[in-house]
Parts: sequence; C-alpha cells; structure tokens
Amino acid sequence: MANVKLSGVWKYYSEEAAAVQDVKLSIDSGEFIVLVGPSGCGKSTTLRMIAGLESISKGEIEINGKVVNNVQPKDRDIAMVFQNYALYPHMTVEKNIGFALKISGMDKNEIKRRVLNTSSILGLDDLLRRKPGALSGGQRQRVALGRAIARDPAVYLFDEPLSNLDAKLRVTMRSELKALHRRLGTTTVYVTHDQEEAMTLGSRLVVMAGGKVQQIGTPLDVYNNPVNRFVASFVGSPTMNFIEGTIEGETFSPENSAVKIPLTAQIIDANALQSGQKLCLGIRPQSVTLAGDATPGIELDTTVELTEPMGDRVDLRLGLDESTQILARMPMNEVPANGASLRVKLPHEGMMFFEATEFGKRLGREPVAST
Amino acid sequence: MNSRPRHQSKLGSFALYTVLLIVSVVVVVPMFYLVVSAFKTEQGFLEHTFLPTGDGFLGIAWGELTTKQFHRLFSPEIGIGRALVNSIFLSSTTALLATFVCALAGYASAALDFKGKKSFEWLILAALIIPPPLLIAPSYQWLHSLNLLDSYAGLILPAIAPAFGVFLFRQATLQSVPKSIVEAARIDGAGEFGIFFAIALPMLRPMVGAFLIITFLATWNNFIGPQIVLQSTEKQPLSVVIYQTQTAYYSDYGLLMAGTLVSILPVAALFLFLQRDFIAGLSSGAVKG
Repeated sequence: MANVKLSGVWKYYSEEAAAVQDVKLSIDSGEFIVLVGPSGCGKSTTLRMIAGLESISKGEIEINGKVVNNVQPKDRDIAMVFQNYALYPHMTVEKNIGFALKISGMDKNEIKRRVLNTSSILGLDDLLRRKPGALSGGQRQRVALGRAIARDPAVYLFDEPLSNLDAKLRVTMRSELKALHRRLGTTTVYVTHDQEEAMTLGSRLVVMAGGKVQQIGTPLDVYNNPVNRFVASFVGSPTMNFIEGTIEGETFSPENSAVKIPLTAQIIDANALQSGQKLCLGIRPQSVTLAGDATPGIELDTTVELTEPMGDRVDLRLGLDESTQILARMPMNEVPANGASLRVKLPHEGMMFFEATEFGKRLGREPVAST
Repeated sequence: MNSRPRHQSKLGSFALYTVLLIVSVVVVVPMFYLVVSAFKTEQGFLEHTFLPTGDGFLGIAWGELTTKQFHRLFSPEIGIGRALVNSIFLSSTTALLATFVCALAGYASAALDFKGKKSFEWLILAALIIPPPLLIAPSYQWLHSLNLLDSYAGLILPAIAPAFGVFLFRQATLQSVPKSIVEAARIDGAGEFGIFFAIALPMLRPMVGAFLIITFLATWNNFIGPQIVLQSTEKQPLSVVIYQTQTAYYSDYGLLMAGTLVSILPVAALFLFLQRDFIAGLSSGAVKG
C-alpha cells in the first residue's frame, strides 16, 4: 500500500492546449479515489501521468514519498486496468495473469501459486487454459483485474474499466470491485465518466472539467455541497434543475418569465444575495416535494407537462409557466395526468444559488480547501 | 416473389462459375504445358503442343515421355543441384533477415516515440518512391568499394531492410497491436525488446508469414541481382543457372521447362506450408477485430 501525491501537475501538448492544469491531490494509503468528469476533462491523462505512460510537463508526482516523474512505469510498483482490457490475445488466461511475474524473474512455483490464488479470488479457475478471444466481456475484465491483483502492487490504476460492459454486468462488476478493494485494501485511483459509478465506488471523488480539478470530497459532500454549477450539474441523476434569473427585493424572477419565486430573508442572508443580482437557482429533482408537508419551503403552482413513471417513483416535468420548467422526482403510486395542476414545494434546504455562468461559483458557501 | 431472386441467384452462380472456370483454365493450362514439356524430348517438344499422341492409354504415346532433361539438369555439366542449394540458402536467409529487420523497424515506427521519428518515416516513404532499377549502378559501385562483390553478403545485406517491408509492418502494427497492450506490457515490466518479441511479434504473425513468402519469392525469382553481383559459377542461384542453359543461337526449351519446374517446386511447397498466414496477412485489413 502506498500514498500518492500530485503537486501542481500540468500536462500540455502545446503552449495553448493544457490537458491538465495545476492538479493538486493527496491520496491516502488504502484510499479508493475516483477521478470523474466528462470526456476530455483530463482525468485519463492525470491517471496516465501517475502510471508513467505520459510525461509530466510541470509539477511532481510522488508515490510513497518518492518523486516518480522520471521513473519508468515498471519501476513505480503500480498495476493498471485498461478500458479495452489490453489482454495479450495469444496467451492463455494463466499466462496473461502470470506475465508480469514471469518478467520479474519470479520462481515458477510461486507464479503458479499466485495465479491460482488470483483465479480463485476472481472465479477464473475454469478459464485458465482459455485465450482472451474465447471469453465474454465480463470474463475478460476479470482477467484484466487478475493481471493487476497477481502482482500485488502498491497502487491500482483503473482507466474506465467497466465502460465496455453492458449495463447489468457493469453494476455487478462495480460491486465486485468494491468488495475486492475492501478485501485487499490497496490504494486505488479509478477513472470514470459515469457519475453513478463514481458515487458508489469512491471513498473520495475528484470532479474534473476542462483539465482542472473542480472539487474534491466524499461522494455525499460533493452531492450535497457542490462548489460550482458544473459540479452541481455533473453529479447527481437526474441533473439538477437550473433556473437563471434576477433577485428583485425578496423574490427571484426567472428570465423571460412572469413567475415570481418568493424567497425568505433567511435564504437571502444565508446565500448573500443582493437585489438586482443575476444568478442561477439550482434545485435537485429529488428535493422537490408535494406541497402540504411541514418542511419550510416555497410552494408553487405548476402544470404537469410530461410524466415518466418508473414503478416506485415518477419523474415529472412541471411547467411554472410557458418558458420555465423543472424536473421533479417523487415517490408516487398515482401518476398525475398530463396537463393536471400540481402544487409543489421547493424546500429551503434544497435550494442552491450559483453565479450565472457554466462554472459559476456557489453563492453563500465557504470555500473549502481540499486536496 | 421468391422465385425471381432464386432465379437471379442461379444466374449469378452460373456467371460466377463460368468466370472461375475461365480463370482456372487460364491459370492451369500454362502450368500443364510447363509440366508436360519438361518430360518431352527436343523433337517431341517441337511436334506436339501438349502430350505426344499415340496408341497408349487415353491416346497418348507415354513411351515418348522422358526424364532425360532432369538427368541433364542434375549432371555436372549444368549442376542445378548446387544452384538449388544456393537459391534455398539465399532466399531463406534474405527472407528471415528482412522479415526480422522490417518487423523491428515497422514496430518501432508505429509503437515507439523516439527522436527523429518523423524524419525516419519520411525516409521510408521517400525510399518507397525510388524505382529499384535506378539503384543498380550505385549499389554496384558501393558493393565494389565495400569489397562485397561475388559474395552472398553483397546480395543479402542490401535486401534486408526494404522500405516496402518496413512500411507494411508499420501499418500492420498500427492495425493489430493496440497501444494499450504495449502500455500494459510496459507496466507489467517488459522492456522494449521483450514487448516486441513476447507481445508484438506473435500478434503480427499473419504479416510475418505473408512477408516471409513475399521476400522468399522475390529473392528466389531475382535474376538481375545475382547476375550482376555473383561472378563465380558455383555461387549462382537457380534463376541465373537456368538462364545460362540457353545460348544466343539455340534455346533448349525442354531443358528450360524442366529447370523451371525444378525451380517452382520448393516455392510451391513453402506456399502450401504458409498459405494460411499468407492469406490472413493479405486480408488482415478487411476484417476488423
């Protein structure tokens, strides 16, 4: 096990294009950290720099206190699982798993023992003599995992390992990975673009966009206290509702709309809102409730525009007026008809305010220094 | 509704088989001509286009067929046995070395980052453009100054790194050896040569087979090279020795046919041995995955 530290790490391919900008990250020994973000956000490049597959343009990466900027991948004591498995197609499963051990000059009997041990952990015992071409996607992924586990490295690196699997298998493998990490306790850096995968697997998330770290925190912290509009929109499914508008006294007026959303003095103070300020109101679909319960909030009359029942819950697209809609996810047995009126509540607790830009800062939130 | 497509497909099959039949005839007839001509006397060669007619089985005069030409070929006067050994040595050595060097250079060009990579690729492309006959005179001069004339090294060395081969293996590597597999091997601790031998080369096997055949065949059929470089009779390969059985005033076609047949057989055997790889190598771009 090892800790990993990234200090002001940059990667640029040309002077104008920085793929990774000033990443500062401290990963504790045994931690399962997930780099998450949309395509092109720099998460895979960051992982590849930790692996030594990409050079570091600026900054330092330390593994177990040792700067590894100029250390070859094979000497970093890491193992990596690739998105497309990267199995050696001409070797059997057994040889794939034992390849790194053979290269290291390990005794044949010890290699056999480790391969058998790994295969029993991953349920690959019956497949050892098969070649990758004769395996299913899930089995291949297990072999790729096995190749990493057999080496018993200080750090595991995963580059979107589940994204080639079908949805059902992805969920199964996700739980297996989590159980495996609990069992082995090895420091793990995991890259994914799937926020659900990130939330369920990571002990901490690193949300990235545009080559920069946007927020680092536990899954719940990132979900409940996003630092900016991007993080708020990226983490959580369905995506948070955003309504752009202006503060007018103690009301919030959505753009191009006659609707007025009354705010309380408490909300205005807590979020340091000022009259005339243009901003963006965010509320998660799960926070919207039916009017009538005791939680403090703002009640609004809406029209049901679209319903998506999912058995135990229903997603409702609600119109505040013709130009402003919000999505609400509610537990509901009876699905309202399209066009029906529905009085809903936006609880004070669930309301967040952001500067009205794509990466607009969250208002009224103390900046949290985290690495 | 259904009868029309079936009718059409029958017509299509008929057309296809007719074309295949014509192509087969075009390919088989010269081969047949070559084989029967090798077993005819000089007079028989001039009198009959194919087999000599007579009273024997199937109306053929089997008694007129002879192995005389083969006896002459293997006699000390011509000594085709020695030439056969020379050809096998030259072709297999060149094919093995060229395949190894081209695979190594092509792999490096596709999978490694090194200083001067762009210049290297441009050099390969430029070398592809130069017509080989242009290189005969300068190569001769160079071989002379290196004291390599009349030696096998003078024939083998210039042939072990053909630009075409380097380019072929570069493309094959790009297509069949994913970058992530090379990276996985790097993380697993393999050195660059280790990755080439243990990972890349087995994945390039179809191209290795195809290129072995292509180079073997090209060296086997090479006439101008040995004719220019090799002066000693005992060093000459089949192509030159067979040519030398003919004189300016008289062509012994029976002998020529027998010599040609002897020269075809080893190549045919090699092709049969490697044909699966050869076809897989040539069609590797056609099927993905």
